[in-house]
Amino acid sequence: MDRGRAAMSAPTSLPVAGSRTPGPREPFPDAARRALADEQLRHNIGHATKTIREKRARVVGELPDWEALCEAGRAIKERVLRHLDDYLVELETSVQRAGGHVHWARDADEANRVVGDLVAAHGAEEVVKVKSITTEETQLNEALAERGIHCWETDLAQLIIQLGEDSPSHILVPAIHRNRAEIRELFMRTLDEAPDDLSDDPRALAEVARRHLRRKFLAAKVGISGANFAVAETGTVSVVESEGNGRMCTSLPEVLISVMGIEKLIPRWQDFEVYLQTLPRSSTAERMNPYTSLWTGVAPEDGPREFHLVLVDNGRTNVLADVVGRQALNCIRCSACLNVCPVYERTGGHAYGSVYPGPIGAILTPMLEGIDRAGSLPYASSLCGACYAVCPVKIDIPRVLVHLRHLEVEHTAREGGLRARLGPERVAMRVMAGVFGSRRRYEAAQRAARLGQWPLAHGGRIQRLPGMLAGWTTMRDLRPVPAESFREWWRRRSEPGEVG
Amino acid sequence: MSDARAEILRRVRAALVDVPAGEDPEDVAVARGYRTRDAEASREEIVDRFCAMVEDYNAQVHRVAAPDLADTIGRLCREGRLRQLVVPPALPEQWRPDGIELVEDHDLEVSRLDGMDGVLSGCASAIAQTGTIVLDGGARSGRRAITLVPDHHLCVVEAEQVLALVPEAIARVAGAVRERRAPITLVSGPSATSDIELDRVEGVHGPRVLDVVLVE
Repeated sequence: MDRGRAAMSAPTSLPVAGSRTPGPREPFPDAARRALADEQLRHNIGHATKTIREKRARVVGELPDWEALCEAGRAIKERVLRHLDDYLVELETSVQRAGGHVHWARDADEANRVVGDLVAAHGAEEVVKVKSITTEETQLNEALAERGIHCWETDLAQLIIQLGEDSPSHILVPAIHRNRAEIRELFMRTLDEAPDDLSDDPRALAEVARRHLRRKFLAAKVGISGANFAVAETGTVSVVESEGNGRMCTSLPEVLISVMGIEKLIPRWQDFEVYLQTLPRSSTAERMNPYTSLWTGVAPEDGPREFHLVLVDNGRTNVLADVVGRQALNCIRCSACLNVCPVYERTGGHAYGSVYPGPIGAILTPMLEGIDRAGSLPYASSLCGACYAVCPVKIDIPRVLVHLRHLEVEHTAREGGLRARLGPERVAMRVMAGVFGSRRRYEAAQRAARLGQWPLAHGGRIQRLPGMLAGWTTMRDLRPVPAESFREWWRRRSEPGEVG
Repeated sequence: MSDARAEILRRVRAALVDVPAGEDPEDVAVARGYRTRDAEASREEIVDRFCAMVEDYNAQVHRVAAPDLADTIGRLCREGRLRQLVVPPALPEQWRPDGIELVEDHDLEVSRLDGMDGVLSGCASAIAQTGTIVLDGGARSGRRAITLVPDHHLCVVEAEQVLALVPEAIARVAGAVRERRAPITLVSGPSATSDIELDRVEGVHGPRVLDVVLVE
């Protein structure tokens, strides 16, 4: 399925890991401009992010040891990532010891093939699935559909997305761009369980979804889940959720297949004590989410008789190899960074063209897929740092953004040929570097600007720059160079006879 | 498939060239400066806090003295019009109310569970800090399906089972996980969704009603 990416093809040089759609994505500024024109979207996202932001601040404030929990959460992930090979092997052994099977998948296609083969081996034509971003990343549903297997999304928001043939716009509340009237209309059109007099009350809409999915849950032979965490020591896998669909998918079917990114590991059982405090409060702004399921292989006389864990790379080792960017793999998908981001708050998630939107997506996507495919995303930020301040695993997103911008500039200069090397921005930056590099040149430039700006400055502002500089002033005014600089004033006041 | 395993491990090792060969995982310091127990709160404060947190999720809490337990459960069943409850086979005799049909779960089919009015269970422990009930698939919690499929969950929590903080509860069930691969479910209020315009709706796929009976 085309997820709104531009279907152009262009020569790529960096490894493009596991993507099913070749070629670069639509640049963020173009997608953002379209999103900004959608008033309904801006209203919904603005309301949602503000509400969660305020609630989150309240429940985080209840914990006197919040900072210590975040620091422990960061450090545990650092330990895991620096020794990921050992921990992966330990996890494999633990899951097998607990009666489960472990599969490895280098990329999205391999992950989808492994899952498809397992489902086919059990002769299932339908499976139930609990929301999993990793399987959205691999586009598992589409891959299963090609093999004649229908995958029922069971999370209410994911169901709305699936029925509407839409794509998610938020990590936590993926259908936040849809309002109740739209959802009512969608259910009336697509679900037999919707009564003729269905209202647009969320209670009534949730009831329709419940009735629709209950039959599926009770009959499903195979369930598919993602994983929020997996414990190397015990082989325990966990799903954190609210609706009960996660419990349904992971405990009722005979066969359970869990797909997880290789970075979702935590070393020991004890480590849950950290993340089960930081994730719910950062994510849904609750003290605890309604349901957390933790299972260890196949439990005697309870739940699925067969358990498969699929470990997916799909670009994660690219991220791991970047010493600055590696910390992006700390991410526990809470979405707090989306909710505080002034850019996300206005554009919503679709503009990022990825299943990982917002600040975390702006660093994760270019590293997962290659800077050549998503080079505009590191610029989708004002570098205000709000994302870093709220991150419960302390990912220094602004630092990684700047690092990736650097890589992008170098990549463009290297791959873009003479035209890129002589591009106006690059030339301008070179000249600026020269001017800022010497006091003499800097002061000469100031004097020249003072002379040159007089036709542009009106009432203490420059509202429009000419030529190629016009882009700078489309969204903001510029202050003119003052008649006297601080240094000039200082020199003047230090001259003999001038000091009073 | 073993190709994939070897290739991924090779990629991981290649990505970690900056990590010194002699470094041990334990060499990466993890400072656990957070609270692992609440030394200040009294037993009563902890139990009160648990009740307040559960009610904050729009679940009902009923505090009873031990001798009144079965009668209270019976009353709640009549008020909720629950005629038939599924129970774990090892449910204590003194919890069982008169006049309510109790069906012991001996690997009941899910379709049968779907027809039940509710479920009566105990739990492994509870967490005051978050208003959470911990189920461990043991004698009192029962199989996962019985506390999931029926629409009404009556859960008995004994006051001494209430722990103050999340780390205490994680430590408490560790043995069951290691020794018998116990499936653990943390339940905090009834099932809920905020997926439509962030408007919270209680009751989606899990039980729509949660009644906690706290025995003192």
